[in-house]
Amino acid sequence: MIRVELPAHLRTLARVDGEVRLDVAGLVTQRSLLDALESRYPMLRGTIRDQSTGQRRPYVRFFACEQDLSHDPPDAPLPEAVATGSDPFLIVGAIAGG
Amino acid sequence: MSQVRVLVGTRKGAFILTSDGKREKWDISGPHFAGWEMYHIKGSPADPNRLYASQSTGWHGQIIQRSNDGGRTWEPMGNKFVYEGVPGTHQWYDGTPHPWEFKRVWHLEPSLTDPDTVYAGVEDAALFISKDGGRNWDELAGLRGHGSGPRWQPGAGGMCLHTIILDPGNPNRIFVAISAAGAFRTDDAGKTWQPINRGLHSKYLPEPTAEVGHCVHHIAMHPSRPGVLYMQKHWDVMRTGDAGESWHEVSGNLPTDFGFAIDVHAHEPETIYVVPIKSDSEHFPLDGKLRVYRSRTGGNEWEELRRGLPERHCYVNVLRDAMATDSLDKCGVYFGTTGGQVYASADAGDSWAPIVHDLPTVLSVETQTLP
Repeated sequence: MIRVELPAHLRTLARVDGEVRLDVAGLVTQRSLLDALESRYPMLRGTIRDQSTGQRRPYVRFFACEQDLSHDPPDAPLPEAVATGSDPFLIVGAIAGG
Repeated sequence: MSQVRVLVGTRKGAFILTSDGKREKWDISGPHFAGWEMYHIKGSPADPNRLYASQSTGWHGQIIQRSNDGGRTWEPMGNKFVYEGVPGTHQWYDGTPHPWEFKRVWHLEPSLTDPDTVYAGVEDAALFISKDGGRNWDELAGLRGHGSGPRWQPGAGGMCLHTIILDPGNPNRIFVAISAAGAFRTDDAGKTWQPINRGLHSKYLPEPTAEVGHCVHHIAMHPSRPGVLYMQKHWDVMRTGDAGESWHEVSGNLPTDFGFAIDVHAHEPETIYVVPIKSDSEHFPLDGKLRVYRSRTGGNEWEELRRGLPERHCYVNVLRDAMATDSLDKCGVYFGTTGGQVYASADAGDSWAPIVHDLPTVLSVETQTLP
């Protein structure tokens, strides 16, 4: 079970409290994780990555295991600790604006 | 007894203000969508409980929300706005070509007859339509594709399509306005468009009477006279009597003809309202005194409306979509400020009082008059 932590605005939009837990089939990558997340919560489509290009939105960051994974290729495997659910995958709104 | 619902979009959420026909005591709900920029909220004329709202942030982009119960509950709808075909380029601030990029929805205009049909005016400027209650959006690409699109340029607030007016007498006729391209009209439900800027004069353009490039701030129409439009331009208040074929200036005795908002009295098609603003760079009321100006003659002759409005130290702005009227017997007039006040007049502008003082920056104000 993959654990995903959403930023506050997206928790409100998706109407969830706390972490989201997802089943991800096959290799756990940014793309497969986000596909599963958006499938469960369609209202999040377009809020984390562009719906047409699939690119991460500029003010969104991906952290896990104390690493910034934002610039990793979307099909690169995520750390084992994320894939096993021992560490959460953090979707973070960058510090910007007021 | 009739009710009024005032839909307020702000920089940090939406608020719904309701009152009975007296418009003395107000119930205030919100913030809805706290922390998000709410550019516009508008109700369907065909079903007043159907509301559409544009919600966005720089972090997470655009959301479209829909309510079927007058704003008590909301549901996220579709937010995929994709330009048709190869988007092409418009001009950037420095005059170089810049690719069209979707940024946000500035204005939502529900159909006059079908609650599930709604138009969206977006930045970078384009017009979209949904016919399924906001789930799916298609561009009416004839607007960008009619030929002048590569010459459009953003205004200071971005290159936004901010005004959409549906002709109540002709379902095929739509007017839109874009900063800073100008006004456009379709007579075939959005397939083809023509610029309607003849008579506009913009001294900041190399060719002041150019076909496109004018910074139109807002346009208003009275539904009983769909051929008459009033425009607040970057400078100049303008009027057309022939659906935009030609415009003439009606700034008359205004203390400044700069401003953003303009609207028409619900029952008097020749009575119009503007909020003069000092410019080019200040963008606050003249002498720190917030004033609405009313013309009962379709422009040119203006009277100052001041009772109940700040007399000094007022340095707010009133943005283009932040003025509206209700249609009660004595027409109500409303406007919101960048300082977070929403002022209401229950006597067509003769006197004013704030409904709320301290909201976030007000981006838009719309009203619904309910039975």
